[in-house]
Amino acid sequence: MPKLIRNRQIVEDARPVVILEEGETAATIALPEGGAIVPLAVWQARRDELLAHGCFGVWLAGDQEPRDLADDLAQLQTIAIHFPKFADGRGYSLATLLRSRFGYRGELRAIGEVLRDQFNYLVRCGFDALQPAEGRYTDTQLLAALGSIADFSEPYQVSAAVPDPLFRRVRRAA
Amino acid sequence: MYRYDTYDQRIIDERVAQFRDQTRRYLAGELSDDEFRPLRLQNGLYIQRHAPMLRVAIPYGLLSSRQLRKLAEIARRYDHGYGHFTTRQNIQYNWPKLEDVPEILAELATVQMHAIQTSGNCIRNITSDPFAGVAGDERIDPRPWCEILRQWSTFHPEFAYLPRKFKIAVNGADHDRAVIQAHDIGLELVRNDAGETGFRVLVGGGLGRTPIIGEQIADFVPWRDILTYCEAILRVYNRFGRRDNMYKARIKILVKALGIDAFREQVEAEWVHLRGGPSTLTEVELERVAAHFIDPDYVTLPGDDLGHRRHLAESKAYAAWVKRNVRAHKQPGYAIVTLSTKHAKVAPGDVTAEQMVHIAEWADAWSFGELRITHEQNVVLADVRQSDLYALWQQAREAGLASPNIGLLTDIIACPGGDFCNLANAKSIPIANAIQARFDDLDYLHDIGGIEINISGCMNACGHHHVGHIGILGVDKNGAEFYQVTLGGSQGNNTTLGKVIGPSFGAADMPDVITQIIETYVAERNEDERFIDTVRRTGIEPFKTRVYADRQPNRKVANA
Ligand code: SF4
Repeated sequence: MPKLIRNRQIVEDARPVVILEEGETAATIALPEGGAIVPLAVWQARRDELLAHGCFGVWLAGDQEPRDLADDLAQLQTIAIHFPKFADGRGYSLATLLRSRFGYRGELRAIGEVLRDQFNYLVRCGFDALQPAEGRYTDTQLLAALGSIADFSEPYQVSAAVPDPLFRRVRRAA
Repeated sequence: MYRYDTYDQRIIDERVAQFRDQTRRYLAGELSDDEFRPLRLQNGLYIQRHAPMLRVAIPYGLLSSRQLRKLAEIARRYDHGYGHFTTRQNIQYNWPKLEDVPEILAELATVQMHAIQTSGNCIRNITSDPFAGVAGDERIDPRPWCEILRQWSTFHPEFAYLPRKFKIAVNGADHDRAVIQAHDIGLELVRNDAGETGFRVLVGGGLGRTPIIGEQIADFVPWRDILTYCEAILRVYNRFGRRDNMYKARIKILVKALGIDAFREQVEAEWVHLRGGPSTLTEVELERVAAHFIDPDYVTLPGDDLGHRRHLAESKAYAAWVKRNVRAHKQPGYAIVTLSTKHAKVAPGDVTAEQMVHIAEWADAWSFGELRITHEQNVVLADVRQSDLYALWQQAREAGLASPNIGLLTDIIACPGGDFCNLANAKSIPIANAIQARFDDLDYLHDIGGIEINISGCMNACGHHHVGHIGILGVDKNGAEFYQVTLGGSQGNNTTLGKVIGPSFGAADMPDVITQIIETYVAERNEDERFIDTVRRTGIEPFKTRVYADRQPNRKVANA
C-alpha cells in the first residue's frame, strides 16, 4: 500500500491517483471503489457523482489554475499537486495560492517526483502530505526523511505555513 | 558591513548540516546524479573539467579582512592556492574535492559566509555598486536593501525551483555601476516628489544567448512594498515562465512573449493580494539593517594631502596609478582605491592566497578592515586616507596588484572559459593574456583611454561580452576554437548591446584584430573622443573594413 507522510507521520493511503491515459475521457473513465485522487477534468465532469461517493480527492497539474477549485474547497478533503519533475517548481506557487489566497484548509498533498530534499520547502508552502513515488524510499529511508522537514527551523520569509517573516516574528538585535 | 545575529548564523549552520547529509547520501548512492545536481548547484558546486568548481557568495561584493583571510586559507588547504573573482562579485575555486565541500562550507560558516544560491534555478546572489556608501554620486545607499533582499531570497521556499536562474541588482547612484539593465530584476533606488524612498523597477534584462535590455515595469514602488512587489513578479514567472526549453526559460522571454504591458498587468493583479501583507517592510527592520552600514569613523582631514601631492609630482608611475585606480571619495581626505587583478601573466580575476592575505592586511591597516569585489573582477579598498595611498601603492606594486589600468583596454573582463568550464566553446584566459601582452605600453594605453573588453567562452555570456565596448565570444567552428567580435556594447545608465563585425577569427589573430580596431579608432577619433563614442558616431563600418581588409571572409556571420 502506498505510504506517505501526513502531518509528519508515516501513514498509508490505499486511494490510487487516477491518470487519464490516451483514449480515456473524464466522462467515461471507471472510478475505483473506495475512492481515488482524480484529475481536475474528472472532478469538473462528474462532481455530483464523486461527492455522493465520498473519499475522493482532486489533483492539479502544474499548469492548471487553482482558482478553478476555489468554489469547491469546502467539499474537498484532499487536493494533490503533481510534480512531474522535482525541479519543476510551479507546484510551490499553486500550493501557496490554495492556502494563502483561497484559504483551503483540507489536506494538501504533493505527488509525483517528491523527494526528501524538497520536504522543507514543500511544507513551508502549505503541503501537509508528502507522497514520494512508490518504491523511491525504503521504509527506513522514509523514516529518516522525516528529519528533512525541519531542515530550516527559523526561515526568513513568509510562506503559507509561516505567516510572518522573521523580522515580525522575533525581536532581532541591532 | 552586515554582521550576522543568531538567526542568520543558525540558518547557514543548518544549511551546512543539510548539505553534509546530502553529500553523504549522494556518495552512498542514495541520491542519483540528477537528484543531487540542483542541490549541489544551489550550494555553488559545479562538476567541471578538472574537478568540481565551488562558487562562494560574496553578498553584493562586500568582504571583511577576516573573511578574506578565510578565503585564502581555503585556497591553500582545499585548492591550488588561488581563487577567481567573478563578474557577479563572487569567488570561485577551481580545484576542490566533492568530499571536502561540506567541510569548506562549515569553514565558511565560521566567518558568516556560504555558497547559498550561487548557482541553480533560483534567486542568485544580489549584486550592487562596488562604491556603495562612498561614491559622491550616490543618492541612496543600496547596501541595506541588498541585505534585506538577500535575507528574503535565501531559501525562499516558493522560488527555489524557478524555470531558470534569476539575478537581481540594485543601484542607488546617478551612474549605474551595477548593470541593472542586464538583470532579471533591476532595482534603482529613487525618491519621489514627496521625498520618499522607493524603487524604479526594471524587469527582463539579461545577457546570454538572447541578450535583452530590461524594461521598466514600475516607476515607483514604495520601499515598504518592495518585497511583495518582487514576490508578485517571481510568482508570475514561476508559474508561467517556460520550462520546456532551457534557452527560452529566462524571465526576459516571458516578458517579451507577453509584452511588458500585459506582463505588468499580471504582476499588478498578483500584487493586489500581496501588497500590505506581512512581507511589508517595517521601519524597525530597515533601521536594524541600515545600522550595519553607517559610515565608519572618518577623521576630519584636509581635502588635499600634501605628501600625496608631492609624491604625485615626483613619481610618474604613482601618478599614473592614482589617475586610473584612485577615485574621489565623498569624505574629504579619503580615496577609493581599486586594486587591479589584470596583467598579462594571470587570468583576469585570479588572486593568489598570498595576495588575499596582503589585501586583508592593507584593509586592516588602511581601510577599516573591509573591501569589495567589483563586477570587473577587481578589488576595492573603499576608505583609504590620501596620506596612506603612497604606502599602499608601493606594497600593492610589490604584490602584483597595482597595474595602473582600471577602465583601460587591459582591464579585461573574462570568464574562466575553456580552461576550466565544461560549457565553453573556446578558451578565454589566453586570449585576454595575449591582448594584455600586446598592449603593454602604458603611455599608449593611457592615450587610447577607457576601453572595455569583455570575453565569454560561450553564449552563456558569463564574461558579459555583449556589453563590452569590444566583445569577444568564443564560438565552435567544426570543433576548432574561434572568436566572434562585437563593437559598441556598453554598460551603465545607457546599456547597449554590441554589434557583430563579421566572421570569426582564430585565436592567433586576436591580438592583431584588436590592434587594428584600436588603430582605426585612433585614425577616426575626434579630439578627446572616447572609443565608445567614436564607434557610436561612425558605426562599425570603418572598423570592419580595416579588420577584414587583408582577411578573406571564409564564413557566414553567425548570430549577426
Ligand atoms: S561564458 Fe560559457 S565558457 Fe564562460 S564561464 Fe560561462 S558558461 Fe563557461
